[in-house]
Amino acid sequence: MRLAKSREVIGYLSLVFMLAAIYMVFIYAPPDKNLGDIQRIFYFHVSSAWIAFLAFFLVFVASILYLKSRSRRWDILAHSSAEIGVILTTLVLITGPIWARPIWYTWWTWDIRLTTTLVLWLIYVAYLMLRSYSEGSRGARFAAVFAILGFLDVPIVFMSIRWWRTQHPGPVIGGGEEAGLASPMLYTLFVSLAAFTLLFIYLLLLRTKLETIEDEIDHLKRGGH
Amino acid sequence: MTNLTYLFAAYTVIWVALFLYIFSLSRRSKRLEKMLAALKEGRKKKKSS
Repeated sequence: MRLAKSREVIGYLSLVFMLAAIYMVFIYAPPDKNLGDIQRIFYFHVSSAWIAFLAFFLVFVASILYLKSRSRRWDILAHSSAEIGVILTTLVLITGPIWARPIWYTWWTWDIRLTTTLVLWLIYVAYLMLRSYSEGSRGARFAAVFAILGFLDVPIVFMSIRWWRTQHPGPVIGGGEEAGLASPMLYTLFVSLAAFTLLFIYLLLLRTKLETIEDEIDHLKRGGH
Repeated sequence: MTNLTYLFAAYTVIWVALFLYIFSLSRRSKRLEKMLAALKEGRKKKKSS
């Protein structure tokens, strides 16, 4: 009951932050000097990407803990977080090309940042497919190992714009003297990030609840008490 | 297409995708909760009879 209440509170909080983020993205933040209004895609694009990284990090940690403890709790957390991570990465892969078309005059280019992100998406789609085709604790163990190895791509995606010369814009935070955002843009990014973090927690609570009910149904069907 | 059309398209995709995902999760949750309640009710009846 307490969990249901917290889920509801986080749901409403994420809605409030989303509305604030929308206001800041479209009204509060000034247009970019060079790119104009199209730069406003950046706020939700970057937030989706960062929270997708967080989701995959959680899959990584929960998978290690599952292999150590064999507790179904960690397996549920890993599976749920992977699904949300894939949805967020899908949004990144859709909004990126929409931004790129008027700026680069192409929807897609095999730039290292774009390619490693696509590989990341494919890794976790494969993880979800593996989960749906394999059952029981053996399948869960196999998926956990796959998730731990798959996480190796996350730091590569994150560092790609620092390690290699890419067409993708450079880092906005910690990117050296040339990088950086004007204060209203930075505040807008932080509010968008907060909104996506809250949304992620809300979705995670909702998704883990589903899997817990499914387990309970399975248990009852098998004649448990 | 103007830049604003691209901007509108990007945010529409984000909102529609998130809405559909939340909607599908809530629908699944309701269906499973109903199923669980029915199973528990069935067990209760079985026990009492």
